[in-house]
Amino acid sequence: MARHVVAAVGEIPPGGRKLVTIRGREIGVFNLDGAYYALINRCPHQGAALCTGAIVSRLEAPMPGEYRLAQPGSMLRCPWHCWEFDIRTGQSWCEPEDVKARSYAVTVEPGERLARGPFVAETVSVAVEEDYVVVTL
Amino acid sequence: MNVALQTPRIERPGEAYLGFVDCDVHPFYRTPADFDPFLSARWREHRQSIGGRSRQGLARTSLYPRMSPGNGMRGDAWPKTGGPPGSDLALMREQLLDLSDVRAGLLAPLVGGAAAERNVEFGAAMAVAVNEWQCAHFCDPEPRLKASVQITLEHEESALAEIEARAGDARFAQVNIPPRGIEPLGRHRYRKILAACAANGFPISLHLGGTSGHASTGGGWPSFYHEEHPSYVQSMQSLVTSLVCEGVFETVPDLKVVLVEGGFAWLPSLAWRLDKHWKRLKAEVPHLRRAPSEYIREHVWVSTQPMEEPERPDDMLRTIEWIGPDRILFSTDYPHWDQDDPRYAFKVRLPEDWARMIYRENAMALYRLD
Repeated sequence: MARHVVAAVGEIPPGGRKLVTIRGREIGVFNLDGAYYALINRCPHQGAALCTGAIVSRLEAPMPGEYRLAQPGSMLRCPWHCWEFDIRTGQSWCEPEDVKARSYAVTVEPGERLARGPFVAETVSVAVEEDYVVVTL
Repeated sequence: MNVALQTPRIERPGEAYLGFVDCDVHPFYRTPADFDPFLSARWREHRQSIGGRSRQGLARTSLYPRMSPGNGMRGDAWPKTGGPPGSDLALMREQLLDLSDVRAGLLAPLVGGAAAERNVEFGAAMAVAVNEWQCAHFCDPEPRLKASVQITLEHEESALAEIEARAGDARFAQVNIPPRGIEPLGRHRYRKILAACAANGFPISLHLGGTSGHASTGGGWPSFYHEEHPSYVQSMQSLVTSLVCEGVFETVPDLKVVLVEGGFAWLPSLAWRLDKHWKRLKAEVPHLRRAPSEYIREHVWVSTQPMEEPERPDDMLRTIEWIGPDRILFSTDYPHWDQDDPRYAFKVRLPEDWARMIYRENAMALYRLD
């Protein structure tokens, strides 16, 4: 397992995402209200580029006719068959226990610490005065 | 409650899908003006200034889901060059034809509005225009793509003329007929058209959807698209039942019927039910000289997408056995939102000979492809 610097914190705004390739794997890095999450860019259903899908809210209905728009911007909708996944966990809406998109640990690290390593900064150059998004893979 | 009785397992079909024939590919226009070069000045001006009058039961909306923009298009199929999914041949090659080494793709052009046009003269003109457009934009530059003859079922004379005009043209593989008509397809008023398709060597393709003006279920209009979707199965069941009960397969013995995108797991149980009642009601339909299931087995083909996904994956094998592995055609439905990827669509490993038949050989034989 290595830790990969994938973006400066300001580069992915809240609600935004960045697609990166780490060790040959395409990964989507998401910012949800300042917290960062990473999912593999491959839908477990039929292999579509999951992380390019629409970001939507989780819509809940405790009973018919009663709707609740919960957790705005927390679900990722696959561009093919519209299966939805929780960006924070990779859990699918349809079968949360059995169908998941692979997720990766993400941290925010100050540039000062990154400069000391050991990190793999593939495409992002690090300045000590900034914070960075780091994916462990 | 659903209980998993077998451990679900996903096995890959190996390389069996390579070189497959795709029995459901949707071409689209960049703008409706793409049809204009193939319309006479009279109908070009009509299209531009008056436009279509569809037998549409819904006001100012369509049947199809909007959560995928473009009335249900695959999210990553929008060409970077502009225009809607299905309008860019280069992208279609990249995402479908070249990716899986597609041997042939059967076009299902659900465009132009001819099928449901109330002004049948205009519908007939649009059908001809769409046929010319398929060739000019898709089949001539990409010979792997095969056109489907568009007709207007409610204008018999023009439909017969168009079927005859395209007969013998290897670019056209079949005739498209809307599965939702004003009356069930087996009715006598449509018989000459069906006979002309058979006489000219064209299977008929019935692709789900469309509007007839009737409610889309026997119980009225559904509230949700999720509810609409199984109504396609009802339409397909009505079609098969009508064709069988009206004796179409007795009067047009060479007719070949392809049900596209309507599922297939329902077909065996419909046949069982028809057989059961045929034994009791023979006196009403003495023209049926064989059991309904025998007509179905001989005359009806089904396409795979959207693939049935039984709770117990192995049930798929039994279902295929009931229908006949020689009557099932693989299809993707590219570039629609619910398209199937040939690598992952089957959740069970098919016997090798079945895979060859379903991915390729059945379609090659049915459409007489080289």
